[in-house]
Amino acid sequence: MNKEENTTLREPLIRLAKQDGVSTKKKIGIRAAAIVLALVIDAIFIVLVTKLNPIQVYTEMFKGTFETSLRFMWAMRDMVSLLCIGIALAPAFKMRFWNIGAEGQVLMGGFATALCMMYGQALPTPVLFLVMIVTSIVCGAVWGMVPAVFKARWNTNETLFTLMMNYVAIQIVAYATNILRGQASSLGTINMGSKIGWFPKIAGHDFTLNIIIVAVLTIVMFIYLKYTKHGYEISVVGESENTARYAGIDVAKVTIRTMLISGAICGLCGFIIVAGNKHTIATNTAGGNGFTAIIVAWLAKFNTFYMALISFMLIFLEKGAGQIASSFGLNDFITDIISGIILFCILGSEFFINYRLIFRHKK
Amino acid sequence: MIQTSIIAWILRAVQFGTIIMFGSMGEILTEKSGNLNLGVPGIMYLGAFAGFASAYLYENGTETPSGIVCILLALFCAFAAAALGGLIYSFLTITLRANQNVTGLALTTFGMGVANFFGAYLLQGEVYTAAPVTNAAFTAKIPGLSAIPVLGETIFSYGFLAYGAIILAIVLHWLLNKTRTGLNLRAVGENPGTADAAGINVTKYKYVATVIGAGISGIGGLYYVLDYNNGIWATTGQVEALGWLAVALVIFTTWKPLNAIWGAYLFGLLYWLYNFLPKLLGATDVERTQSLYQMIPYLVTILVLIIVSMRRKRESQPPASLGLAYFREER
Repeated sequence: MNKEENTTLREPLIRLAKQDGVSTKKKIGIRAAAIVLALVIDAIFIVLVTKLNPIQVYTEMFKGTFETSLRFMWAMRDMVSLLCIGIALAPAFKMRFWNIGAEGQVLMGGFATALCMMYGQALPTPVLFLVMIVTSIVCGAVWGMVPAVFKARWNTNETLFTLMMNYVAIQIVAYATNILRGQASSLGTINMGSKIGWFPKIAGHDFTLNIIIVAVLTIVMFIYLKYTKHGYEISVVGESENTARYAGIDVAKVTIRTMLISGAICGLCGFIIVAGNKHTIATNTAGGNGFTAIIVAWLAKFNTFYMALISFMLIFLEKGAGQIASSFGLNDFITDIISGIILFCILGSEFFINYRLIFRHKK
Repeated sequence: MIQTSIIAWILRAVQFGTIIMFGSMGEILTEKSGNLNLGVPGIMYLGAFAGFASAYLYENGTETPSGIVCILLALFCAFAAAALGGLIYSFLTITLRANQNVTGLALTTFGMGVANFFGAYLLQGEVYTAAPVTNAAFTAKIPGLSAIPVLGETIFSYGFLAYGAIILAIVLHWLLNKTRTGLNLRAVGENPGTADAAGINVTKYKYVATVIGAGISGIGGLYYVLDYNNGIWATTGQVEALGWLAVALVIFTTWKPLNAIWGAYLFGLLYWLYNFLPKLLGATDVERTQSLYQMIPYLVTILVLIIVSMRRKRESQPPASLGLAYFREER
């Protein structure tokens, strides 16, 4: 017992202290160091497993996004799909509402759009687009709002609820595509010939509109979260529900309203994915982005511009891995390993921004 | 006819339940220490892959592979690989105080990547590959008892891990509620500041609970490949979906290991409903309406969740400090 007391009296080798106000320069430096470290770990991994030259692998990886302008545009297209969901999730997660149901909300939005494309062919184009936008937003919003209503009224666990709503959405789409496709094995491209309900080509791509819409959303959501009363209410509820109540904020109302917005943007994302990119609907249309977007939103601390940067990084990795896979005959699951390691390093590096290490003084 | 299909239904349900039961019991232990690990799908992938790979390599490397060695090797490797995943998570969230949710999701990505990347080396271009000896060892039924009609068929005809899951649930219940260690662990999850003041080593408890919890979840992945899926490895997203269901089951059981037993089996019954209900109802056009039956488990889960939340019991709340990092000087 005495011995133990003696040891506890000594100053520990390393002590931690919280630190605020680290300069932007240092913050960028720490994050850059984290990415470099991650690339080194990845390089070691690549050498050990595949015996390939890591520099060569990274060059190949770079080509995945930057080799041709078309590839770059494709990367942008996929980036905005991911970013859009991130933007949708930001208000919900800032409010500490665990919306892990983006996958389902996007799917329902896309499903509504696809149905409009199939059955609204007689409508004039502007009317059709209006119907597509409205129905997809409504579907996404409903999918997001239902768990919020129960959360607000009975404090029903939203993590599980939103997750289950994903599977319900998947089964609805599976059922519908089963009915719609008839004998075919997949639904196929909708309105392949007539291109009814497709986004018009701008600057040579039919997904240019996707990029424009998401760029606008990025700015709007940034302002909404930072400079509006709603945004302020969201952050107060997120910090402490009791404080919010004390300040006279109607927590139930804010919860439902925020999830309405979150779900609506997810629905809109479904709309742009179907109308501007895939032109079809399947159970995997959201493609796991609903989960990846949570990483995007959290890592950026809900700053939509950082979110754009992180989305781009993740898509860059994904494209790069696809490229590596085809050039070196590896399988593209290597992306998941590489992005995992990079995320681990970035997450770990936050520690050195938030805390200071104090070493024991030598006497 | 109806009897055989009901028996087959129960068999599938219990096997399915066992997978998510292991997954969720590991996560219950983890969450009791205040760590919300969303990396369960990735951890189950790691367990599934390590378990299968070790057994597969052993089977193909020896002339006459022995069942016991297969079992021990697979169990050890699955547990170790999954625990290693838990260790990465622990180091980042406990020592470096990183955001638990993002770390968990990143671990899911990482685990899935590792399993499928290396899994492709085992596949060698094939669509699937198998470890038959290990599968036989894992699915070996209790001789004699399993031959009893109906009762034996539904109760005594599973691989040993199915019973292991039930025993583990009871052990965990006892550990969490009847021992000093369990009390301390719950204190850490509820209020680490108070626990620290009482002289409990918060960091140690969090580490141990998270790492062992991850190991237990990993066994769920192992059970999926080597028993439920007949010892077949293929590149699918199935394990990920099961991992999310395991996370869901934790909330469903209100963080109580004993509830995981019936909760998992109930979910298993509902999950396999689509295969048996149409037959029992004599429904035609099963192909096209299958999705509607497959929706049932999720709708029922939502319904139960709502009913439970309406009853609003104090004991069915998550650990109070779940998801928060602990920093002593911030109390």
